[in-house]
Amino acid sequence: MWSILSILVENKPGILFKITHMFRSRNFNIDSISVGVTDDPNLSRMTITTYSDEKQTKQIVKQLDKMIDVLEVEQLDEQRTFYRELAIFKIHISDANASMEINKLAMTYGGKVHNVRSKSVIVELTATPHQINSFEDIVRPFGIINSARTGVAAVERSTS
Amino acid sequence: MVDMSGAEALMHSLKNEGVNEVFGLPGGANLPMYDELYKSDIRHILVRHEQSASHMADGYGRVSRRPGVCFATSGPGATNILTGIATAQADSAPMVAITGQVPVEMIGKDAFQESDIIGMANPCVKYSYQPRDPSLIPQVVKNGFYIAKSGRPGPVLIDIPKDVQQNVAPMTFPKNHNVRGYNPWIKADPKDIESAANLLLSANKPIILAGGGVIISQAFAELSSIAEMLVIPVVTTFKGKGSFSENHPLSLGPIGMHGHAEANKIMTEADCVLAIGTRFSDRSVGTFEEFERDLSIIHMDVNPAEIGKNQTASVAIVGDVKDSLQSLAKVLAVKVVKRQETEWLKHVQETREYWHENLKIHPGEMSSHHILHKLRDVLPPNSLVTTEVGQHQMWASLFFDVISPGTFFSSTGLGTMGWGFPAAIGAKVARPDVPVVDIAGDGSFNMTENSLATAVLEDIPVIVFLINNYSLGMVAQWQRTFYDRRMIGVDQKHCPDYVKLAQSYGAHAIRAESLDEIERALKDALSSDVATVIDIPIDPEEDVLPFVAPGTSLKDMILPS
Ligand SMILES: Cc1ncc(C[n+]2csc(CCOP(=O)(O)OP(=O)(O)O)c2C)c(N)n1
Repeated sequence: MWSILSILVENKPGILFKITHMFRSRNFNIDSISVGVTDDPNLSRMTITTYSDEKQTKQIVKQLDKMIDVLEVEQLDEQRTFYRELAIFKIHISDANASMEINKLAMTYGGKVHNVRSKSVIVELTATPHQINSFEDIVRPFGIINSARTGVAAVERSTS
Repeated sequence: MVDMSGAEALMHSLKNEGVNEVFGLPGGANLPMYDELYKSDIRHILVRHEQSASHMADGYGRVSRRPGVCFATSGPGATNILTGIATAQADSAPMVAITGQVPVEMIGKDAFQESDIIGMANPCVKYSYQPRDPSLIPQVVKNGFYIAKSGRPGPVLIDIPKDVQQNVAPMTFPKNHNVRGYNPWIKADPKDIESAANLLLSANKPIILAGGGVIISQAFAELSSIAEMLVIPVVTTFKGKGSFSENHPLSLGPIGMHGHAEANKIMTEADCVLAIGTRFSDRSVGTFEEFERDLSIIHMDVNPAEIGKNQTASVAIVGDVKDSLQSLAKVLAVKVVKRQETEWLKHVQETREYWHENLKIHPGEMSSHHILHKLRDVLPPNSLVTTEVGQHQMWASLFFDVISPGTFFSSTGLGTMGWGFPAAIGAKVARPDVPVVDIAGDGSFNMTENSLATAVLEDIPVIVFLINNYSLGMVAQWQRTFYDRRMIGVDQKHCPDYVKLAQSYGAHAIRAESLDEIERALKDALSSDVATVIDIPIDPEEDVLPFVAPGTSLKDMILPS
């Protein structure tokens, strides 16, 4: 089961280490992680996604909740959550045709094309991990030279 | 606001927390603190190895239920106390460990005696602080003590760079802690209490499994009132040993790897267990599959993360177990007057009698069974007992009945050899009015025996009851049982001679080779004002039985043939 955890933590040095260390020492896995300061400079929001069964997910939530620097942990309901990941792909292009095709694909996925060179192109894509995976599958035949992903950032949609 | 150095503010803050003694050993990076300690009226108890300082603080903390404090310098001093910190964490003991650190601008430069103790200790502390400004120290200490002793207690590490100790800053001493992400006081949900009561009352074969949480929250009276009200048997985990008086007619003693045969047997037959302050450790319950039979579990714990960690519960009650048991007792009192003797109870009593009659014990006079019964006979019931780790510890579990609840302490979580003796010293500092005995094995005692210097020079008269098989007995037993007697690394070759060793420290030392000699030695030791080592040679081939082999269930207990 894929789950999205939203964690509000004290913005202190070493906090990322503590959180990731808890996952390692308790034998849990992190699928993706993203951290950034919130509108309150004393607090950071971490979004961690994991693949784990229901029992494990519950334990992860409780173990996070137990940590003193953690103010809030929430397992977000995928349906009611707005979540995105940023991915950057450097893709090989053999000719003008390939370049055009990648342009078209990027448009379909709502991406942006940057830094077009004779041998490569950079595509920036902000989408769900699932959409990014599918884009990656489609452009793989062109040759992916390099890629980087940020991990998921998420907030719950308005509940009313 | 007053101007003070960080070190001065530290001593001030410790006094504010009611600290009267600290255990430690100085070095370059904590000299400013030591200089302030010199000026204060806090008693410093010098150890010969920092590991012992943390174990002493641990023993002090478990007995007084206020954080024990230990001091170490940076680098090797800090790494030496780590074993004691991990031990305290594994057994939820309140402790505040204070280490020196290299000056702030040297951190991360691989300076002389620098170690990243905060990073190393992360998985084995409840929390840690490294104040980088002296003015932070008063609040850090306030918060540290609060975290260490509240909720599920544990060790807090405060690592203070040398310049932060030296530099002067305006200080304010807060009255209150401020730890906003920490709320240890959860009140049990009355609905859960109600369900638990109903479940217990509808069960045919109920049992209480009491863990260390009962001891930590001192819920002895609540536990026995519920057991008596429902007339149901009580078993304990090893950590919960002595949470229920072991001469009570409803007591079956510890379950688990080295539990009582009757306790293990009855545990596997129960249909409803009220588990209090326990994490269902593998040592206590063997394989968890055993518990997947038709059994309802009511799990009470102060820590929500314990619920469902190792074992799924039918009803979970989160909150301080003393509080929860009080609420449960109230609900039960309305529903039952006093239960009648049940079929189940009759069966429990028969099972106990059967095992008492039929368990063959080692025949020799100097068998662990006789030795520990002798110790029990001679010791006043309110004596505090610690143990080391090994066969002697498990024999203590089997044969030494704890009569006064909460007087038995052991390293049950981490299983740290060398813990018992310094912990006994810490315990005696906390309670100088009662006898304190460390039930020791020779291998374990050898690891921290240099604390004899502390016991003698600081006038802390504890008794080391050394059950000496001149071997790492527990490992030897496993090699005999599981490795076809391929004995390696277990023979201590009669070295050292513990009587001479103890005498060289100025301690009282007696070798006791018969039960009469043990009795005399104990009486001698109890009236002595100097630490005493009683060296008791035994048969090195004596095994601990019954035994539940690792990875098997309580049903598969190995019994003496
Ligand atoms: C620090 C540490 N090292 C190793 C062990 C593994 N170990 C468990 S019991 C034991 C033997 C203990 O020997 P001793 O203290 O003489 O007690 P005995 O079993 O002989 O009663 C050992 C080596 C341990 N628990 N702790």
